Amino acid sequence: MIHYDIHNIRSDFPILKAKVNGHPLVYLDNGATTQKPLAVINAITDYYTHINSNVHRGVHHLSQLATDAYEVTRRKLKEFLNAAYEHEVILTNGTTHGINLVASCYGEQFVNEDDEIVISAMEHHSNIVPWQMLCEKRGAKLKVIPINDRGELDMDVYRSLLNDRVKMVSVTYVSNTLGTVNPIKEIVSLAHEFDIPVLIDGAQAIQHMQIDVQALDVDFFAFSGHKMYGPTGVGVLYGKEKWLDKMPPYQGGGDMIKEVTFAKTTYNELPFKFEAGTPNIEAGICLGTAIDYINTVGLSNIALYEAELLNYATNLLADIEGIRFIGEAKEKCSVISFLIEGVHPYDVGVILDKLGVAVRTGHHCTQPLMDRFGIPGTVRASIAMYNTRDEIDVFASAVTKAASMLL
Amino acid sequence: MTINEIQDELIEDFSFFEDWMAKYEYIIQLGKELPLIDEAYKTDNLLIKGCQSRVWLHADYAGDRVVFTADSDAIITKGLVSLMIKVLSGQSAQDIMQADLYFIDAIGLKEHLSPTRANGLVSMVKQMKLYAMALNAKH
Repeated sequence: MIHYDIHNIRSDFPILKAKVNGHPLVYLDNGATTQKPLAVINAITDYYTHINSNVHRGVHHLSQLATDAYEVTRRKLKEFLNAAYEHEVILTNGTTHGINLVASCYGEQFVNEDDEIVISAMEHHSNIVPWQMLCEKRGAKLKVIPINDRGELDMDVYRSLLNDRVKMVSVTYVSNTLGTVNPIKEIVSLAHEFDIPVLIDGAQAIQHMQIDVQALDVDFFAFSGHKMYGPTGVGVLYGKEKWLDKMPPYQGGGDMIKEVTFAKTTYNELPFKFEAGTPNIEAGICLGTAIDYINTVGLSNIALYEAELLNYATNLLADIEGIRFIGEAKEKCSVISFLIEGVHPYDVGVILDKLGVAVRTGHHCTQPLMDRFGIPGTVRASIAMYNTRDEIDVFASAVTKAASMLL
Repeated sequence: MTINEIQDELIEDFSFFEDWMAKYEYIIQLGKELPLIDEAYKTDNLLIKGCQSRVWLHADYAGDRVVFTADSDAIITKGLVSLMIKVLSGQSAQDIMQADLYFIDAIGLKEHLSPTRANGLVSMVKQMKLYAMALNAKH
């Protein structure tokens, strides 16, 4: 058993003391967003109390403080991801923004008629629609790696989809609906045999496991701050310098220019080329605080603790009559999706809420995946570093209670 | 009975429930009892899409009255649909159009009728009023 001071960790998250409908809150909707530790909450107040100012512009004292603090986050992110350079870390407003940026800018430069983009059957809508829009614009084709009934990618089909027409492979690291952890290293090395770059949607991975973008050799890696105990409205797009340099800017505006005349504008260098306009400064700075917090607990500790909890929860739920798990991959992380035979997931969600348990119900922005399983949606519980066995017990008995009321 | 008389009666019925569980058990019961919509009407054009649960609503006209039948794939939604039908079905088009559905708030189910709730119920009420308007326009 690892040393993991769950009591201390929980006391760092004030919202976990909340009561919902008279019951202590059991927050199991971490895949949607995580709660924030006091350190992050305080950092937000500190920013507005002491250093609020615009970044990358003013020569005055406060602007310098804000700029320094903002750039400290970039440095922390570089270390956190083990990126080769700080300028490979683009601050965005979230995962969706990052994927759209690549689809738009890489697409403009490299994707033409009859080219192909490969995604997978378990993608979130935000890793489907931007590519679909690009394909429509360019007359390119979207190819989909299928999954088996356990919710694992069919790697044989993946291999067969790779050829010289494929210009991008974009897949998720961890499925937000199924919890499947995909074999990213293998996906990347197979794509690289054809010199195809790979984008990884890391939104459900970054808070659960150590990410080393150089070891994975990914070309792009996108994630959100709010799913990793940080503020909403900031995200990260890591991109290899060799690709980012060849891509045109995303949006035009302040910060992204070197020189502007009415005849011609030259663009700023990386990372600012992709960061037009005033960013979410407070969120960017406080994402740095969230990273510090994660580092203090330790991602390897978090990963071990959460894996044990997921296993405990899966075994406990398996005893509930009529339960059907959606997503039974060998490699899983954080997420349990399920249905109770004869019960609509929405109804389960309503009753769980009455019992103080927060889960997500519905299609989880993965409608094609729901179609693949022939279901309207699932009930999804997703675990974070601060959840406990006691909470899982409450959750499981709430599901049993809901089933007995609804059947 | 008028729409408001039915609403007041429902409010009184619900006042006997001591906790949320008794209330929901009753709603679930109503959901189970709701006469199913004729399968022929369970078509896409009669489907009201919520993000999570789906509602089918059919209207028949009898003179100046509108008779609703409905169904949902989620049982709690179906129970709430059943309450709406108790209140509005068989009433005159004019009354349905002008109905103020205060009973939902009064029986403590307001959250289900919030526009951000993804269960299709808000759209259903809107659709019921549209059917009433359509009939009213004919007369």
